[in-house]
Amino acid sequence: MARDWRPTVHALAGLAAGALAGVTFGGLLLCWLAAIWSLVSGPVGARELTVFYVLVALAGTVLLLWWVQGLATLQRARFRAVLGVEIAAPPARAAGSWLLRPLRAWRAPATWRQLGYHLLAMTGGIAGGLLVAACWAAPLLAAAHLAGLFGDRRLEVGLGLAVLSAGLLLAAPWVARAVARADEAAGRALLGPSREEELALRVESLARSRAEIVAATDAERRRIERDLHDGTQRRLVSLAMHLGMARERLTDAPEPVRQIIEQAHDEATEALAELRQLVRGLHPAVLDDRGLDAALSGIAANAPLPVRLRVDVATRCAPAVEAVAYFVVSETLTNVVKHAGASRAEVAVERSGDRLRVVVADDGHGGATLDPDGGLRGLAQRAAAVDGTLTLDSPPGGPTVITVELPCGS
Amino acid sequence: MRVVIAEDSVLLQAGLTRLLTDGGFEVVDAVGDAEALLRAVAQHRPDVAVVDVRMPPTHTDEGVRAALIIGRQYPEVAVLVLSQYVEERYATDLLSERTSAVGYLLKDRVAHVADFLDALRRVAAGGTALDPEVVAQLLVRRRTDPLDRLTPRELQVLQLMAEGRSNNGITEALHVSPSAVEKYVSNIFAKLDLAPTDTDHRRVLAVLKFLGT
Repeated sequence: MARDWRPTVHALAGLAAGALAGVTFGGLLLCWLAAIWSLVSGPVGARELTVFYVLVALAGTVLLLWWVQGLATLQRARFRAVLGVEIAAPPARAAGSWLLRPLRAWRAPATWRQLGYHLLAMTGGIAGGLLVAACWAAPLLAAAHLAGLFGDRRLEVGLGLAVLSAGLLLAAPWVARAVARADEAAGRALLGPSREEELALRVESLARSRAEIVAATDAERRRIERDLHDGTQRRLVSLAMHLGMARERLTDAPEPVRQIIEQAHDEATEALAELRQLVRGLHPAVLDDRGLDAALSGIAANAPLPVRLRVDVATRCAPAVEAVAYFVVSETLTNVVKHAGASRAEVAVERSGDRLRVVVADDGHGGATLDPDGGLRGLAQRAAAVDGTLTLDSPPGGPTVITVELPCGS
Repeated sequence: MRVVIAEDSVLLQAGLTRLLTDGGFEVVDAVGDAEALLRAVAQHRPDVAVVDVRMPPTHTDEGVRAALIIGRQYPEVAVLVLSQYVEERYATDLLSERTSAVGYLLKDRVAHVADFLDALRRVAAGGTALDPEVVAQLLVRRRTDPLDRLTPRELQVLQLMAEGRSNNGITEALHVSPSAVEKYVSNIFAKLDLAPTDTDHRRVLAVLKFLGT
């Protein structure tokens, strides 16, 4: 039941808000007219009055922007409080100095749409509010007539009025609902962000959340690298070292014992080497410290085929971008070794302007594809996560050239 | 010989201390970060410092930077830098400051006790010890082509030279005769237009300069 009153309350509040807009905007208009009039055809009353009109007109105009925005906030609050309709505020353009900011705001379509809504509220809003009020108040009219307040006691007029007022009363909820619905449509169109602004906001929030995910993945890799470095790797070094000492010392131990120790020692050193390869692929500390150029020689040198490396990056890129570039080279070389049957590979990394270009070429048998479950697809996704692209050129028979372009991000 | 160890893992600090003590070195101090290392070097003036690269507070290249400072302030103190990963960039930094009494090895190498102690003695005696991994990384970076003129065997010899090995060491590693090694070495110098010299570390310097430019 209480719900049914909402459109009515909304329309009546709209009436009040429209009146407020009407009084203020009308007042400002009147001040302008009075100022112009008294400047053009001489002061109407006291000379001070002219000064007053001009000052109020100018000050009002300057303050108009904040009033338009403030009133729009008020109207959005009315929608939220009464109808439970959430209208997001259009995006604020905070760029520029405090002096330029209001001028910029006047160039934004959102400001003019809000002003448009206020003009609508002054006319349609007031009319709608009055209509709803009249519908609900119709019985009072009929009762007043019957009580003879209008000095006309004709029965047929009274009956007509009674029927009409009953009709209006019955129609009141529908009228209120229709007025509220029209107002809501106008509010959504004019008070909130436009479709374009909404999309821009959405893109902005998506880009931000994606960058956060990329950064979080990056941080996670660093953490794992650090944990392995500080934990497992050290223990393995210690283990291998002690086995090495045992191996040196136990020269007079029985042959089977020596063999066991030697095997344990060999396996410990191999495990150490394997773990080192794995961990360095995650995120090398030297990448943070000295950049891509320094970090890449490690993977190039560790590849089991000859790799020629050329890096030309004068200014470093954002850490997330460097990490992706590093990962691309590392993964691509692993792929080359596994699948390409290549005898050599070439890695070239260069920065031109704001783009970082990573090219990995091999002389293998080609025929690589961006299969959904292949390793290259994962690389393309990682590149895409920082707004980069991956292109693959791998005709059957080779050679294969993978080019990754990334925006530097700083 | 007197050694200072800088290693932030207590486990490895203890292990290294035992390894070096057993190997006939006197461990005069073992510290956990770069600042303590510089204090210990100033105080003890050891023959050699064994330094981990990643130490507190940033866990990046503290050890390399400390080694550079030691190289400038105490040129008589030899430095062997150890690291979980070796990076050619750190090697170039280290060698830009000094080309003698300096070493840079993977931490894994401590597992091969005899080789490791050899390398440490070589460094302490004013020689060099570069990890084969570093040499491989430096080779990847070559920008000039004269290296392509070397035969695979000569390239192998060059790599061993860059690691800091003497002709004897190369003879042992490759199982060839000393005269063959001498021939390879002079071939390499001829092909790379380098004047042959008789001290090991100057050979390394020459090789690295060539690789680095």
